[in-house]
Amino acid sequence: MDTERCTVVVSVNGVRYEREVEPRLLLSDFIRHELRLAGTHVGCEHGVCGACTVLFDAEPVRSCLMFAAQANGHEIMTVEGLAPAADRLHPLQEAMHAAHGLQCGYCTPGILMTLVAFLKDNPRPDEAQIRAAISGNLCRCTGYQHIVDAVMRSVA
Amino acid sequence: MSTRYFGAPIPRNEDRRLLSGQALFVDDVELPGLLHAAFLRSSIAHARIRRIDVTTARKRAGVVAIYTAADLGDYWRPGPLLVPPPPIAGLMFNQRTQVPLAKDKIRHVGEPLAIVLAENRYLAEDALADIEVEVEPLPAVVDLENALSESAARVHGDVAGNIAARAHQRKGDYAAAAAKADHVIRRRFRYDRGASNPIETRGIVASWDARAGHLTVWDTTQAPVFLRNGLAGMLGLSERQVRVIAPFVGGAFGPKIMLFYPEEVVLPWVAIKLNRPVKWIEDRLEHFFATTQERGQIHDAEMALTRDGKILGVKDTFLHDTGAYDPYGLTVPINSQCTLLGPYVVPNYESSFTAVFTNKPAVTPYRGAGRQHGVFVIERLLDIAARELGIDRAEIRRRNFIPPEAFPYNNEIIYQDFAPLEYDSGNYGPVLDKALDMLGYERFVTEEQRRLRAEGRHVGVGIVCYVEGTGIGPYEGAKIQVQANGKVSLVTGIGTQGQGHYTSFAQIVADRLGVDVRDVDVVTGDTDQFYWGAGTFASRGAVVAGNAVNAAATVVREKILRLAAEHFECAEEDLVLADGAVAIAGVPGKSIRLGELALKANPMRGAVRPGTEPGLEATQYFGPPRGATANGVHAMIVELDPDTFVLTINKYVVVHDCGTVINPLILAGQVHGGVAQGIGNAFYEQLVFDDQAQLLNASLADYLLPTALDVPRVELGHTVTPSPLNPLGIKGAGEAGAIPVGPLFAQAIEDALGLPAQGVELLEIPLSPNRLWELVMKGR
Ligand code: FES
Ligand code: FES
Repeated sequence: MDTERCTVVVSVNGVRYEREVEPRLLLSDFIRHELRLAGTHVGCEHGVCGACTVLFDAEPVRSCLMFAAQANGHEIMTVEGLAPAADRLHPLQEAMHAAHGLQCGYCTPGILMTLVAFLKDNPRPDEAQIRAAISGNLCRCTGYQHIVDAVMRSVA
Repeated sequence: MSTRYFGAPIPRNEDRRLLSGQALFVDDVELPGLLHAAFLRSSIAHARIRRIDVTTARKRAGVVAIYTAADLGDYWRPGPLLVPPPPIAGLMFNQRTQVPLAKDKIRHVGEPLAIVLAENRYLAEDALADIEVEVEPLPAVVDLENALSESAARVHGDVAGNIAARAHQRKGDYAAAAAKADHVIRRRFRYDRGASNPIETRGIVASWDARAGHLTVWDTTQAPVFLRNGLAGMLGLSERQVRVIAPFVGGAFGPKIMLFYPEEVVLPWVAIKLNRPVKWIEDRLEHFFATTQERGQIHDAEMALTRDGKILGVKDTFLHDTGAYDPYGLTVPINSQCTLLGPYVVPNYESSFTAVFTNKPAVTPYRGAGRQHGVFVIERLLDIAARELGIDRAEIRRRNFIPPEAFPYNNEIIYQDFAPLEYDSGNYGPVLDKALDMLGYERFVTEEQRRLRAEGRHVGVGIVCYVEGTGIGPYEGAKIQVQANGKVSLVTGIGTQGQGHYTSFAQIVADRLGVDVRDVDVVTGDTDQFYWGAGTFASRGAVVAGNAVNAAATVVREKILRLAAEHFECAEEDLVLADGAVAIAGVPGKSIRLGELALKANPMRGAVRPGTEPGLEATQYFGPPRGATANGVHAMIVELDPDTFVLTINKYVVVHDCGTVINPLILAGQVHGGVAQGIGNAFYEQLVFDDQAQLLNASLADYLLPTALDVPRVELGHTVTPSPLNPLGIKGAGEAGAIPVGPLFAQAIEDALGLPAQGVELLEIPLSPNRLWELVMKGR
């Protein structure tokens, strides 16, 4: 077996991790199975569904389209890092709950991470902008309407 | 009983876990020593297997084992028939179910040939490339009509003409009715294949505890109890030795009720054989081949009418593509056959179908489960009738509605639940009125459409009606227990895949027992907690399990009142249940917390009266005599670009009657999601197979799921006609959003582009800009 390994030092949700990994290990698998932060989901592994979206140096990226090695020296935030405290949710999480913006919840972490970054740049979006913002995230359950409602509620 | 929660739009109990990344999905299960599986899958659709050589692959570092069908020995056998054919006279059925690993023959692309177990998934996939496979290719059976010809290859060598089944059902005398008709319409309709594509694919983790003789399986299944029982039987274990957990599941929509998938059979066997836990997670490419699909029918249908648009009868003969195997029996084509009758009086009906084996993935129910096809046929026939007879499309439907006084209405044919197709209740006129009103139909057709057309814009309207058979048996159960900490535990056997069961069931309990809805702790889909029941399908969770929950809560309530009356030495009538306590009404200080009462119900010393059951606990079951029939109307206004055929939905209205509603917020979500899938099915999604049965678009980049830009805001209206078949009056709602969207699109697009005037009719689904262009060009 080719056992070439590389070192990845990365900060995830403010915690520093250091691991030896195979160069081909996907960032999504690294986050989920090496760091055991399983809130980041994987739906397609070809960059279309958006379920694996995390913040990479505060920008949303699809972690299935990156190697863990590329994260060396960078800062990542996953859905586990959103809530301000163990007993409190982020306002967007609260709004998703109130508006029934999730059903199976599988797409939800990716949608949250996409929207958190979007809302930072667009604090007062209209419905069309919200729809465009999540148009790269597939949800098979909700028909998107309650997700849109949740975002509008969170910025109202 | 106060109804604080029942009927209210309560946000869901399960959300917090899902929103914070704490909910457990199958791929989140990590165990010490976990092995990872990858399956070698056939790249050709139809072939005889000559040789599979795994010697080289086995030598690769990190590979622990590789198995083929030959290694499975006696364990290798075709899967069970999940749904036997209903008792329809003269029915013919050839049972050919899927196998764990292909042995002699390959019958569709993606059929598994071997399983590799390695220290991680990457290594397991590496080893797939080292396996040598020698096959003798056979001609692929792809086209439904060609499949039936004498000269066609046979998917199953012993099944002549590839005929999986034939069934014929009738009521009245169609031929006689047609002879008297003023007008008869005949058309051919096609409905092609799609895939469910939940965002979470399938996955399994199996773990064997050799010391305890106990197998645990985490599975994305919709039917954990049935899976447990089946696995125990296959592995020679007793049911108690097998625990199946369906944890949070990332959408299912039907195909996750199918069992046993080959992977479900092989993984537990491997876990026992190697005495190591094993994980397999389907990737998206595999999902397109390894998970069952649905649709694929060709209907030759005719409708006989009077001059004023009254239906005298319908005759329909159709072919149904069942794919390479038929483990789900005839549920899908029978749904098509029955649902075709819709909300209409069809006095004479003659319907026969032939289910056909092809070299494509097996067909089992996917949201709608065959109902779409039937609705498409009847609704399109009515559209054509309306046009040819010069009747308004809404009016022709209204003229044919089953009148409210005719319920229960017996359609005289057999439904998928083996019972006669009898609609329990309904009031269809007001549903249509409301939809027309919400859409602004009158104004649109008389003013707006004319004005916009004059401006050169291509706007059109569609209105379709449907019924949905829901909430079928046999039964579900629920166990409720008041815990010492005052929380109420509720367990049921069905799995949950996003439907909000943690909340809707909790609402029922909270009202009965006077507790906060957040204090009801729901567990679904863990067979160690509850091991009776059939599963989540056919829009039946709320109806069947919901009523079992209600029954169990009622018994627990009685127990609470009895014990509290003894405790306070008062009459039960004087007690009230509220805020997690029982109190004597109007007597301050005379109150006991439910948790404390639960402790009293479980004494550690002393004597109890004969017949006393411990705890504040009850288990109850519910089985309806037959399914409850929901109904609804979808209506929309669209605009098309006449050059690109890009479509914009300007307004989309759904009015729906699913009986009593437990949680309007959750119901709305179900309808929105169903509409989105219906839109995908109608205009974006199509599995494209070539003449070798190779799927040409097996990725989410090529198979287009609708995005937030494609799905419009849905305006939702309700009417309520309770079902008399269950105490809560509920009908199911899970599939309603998806069922009628195909004919709605066809009708509205025809209208927008004025196609009938150009001699073009839209008699197929899915449509797409490309396909519209082809059809319009052909018409020119
Ligand atoms: S899993 Fe990364 S985009 Fe789908
Ligand atoms: S909530 Fe299920 S995929 Fe979005």
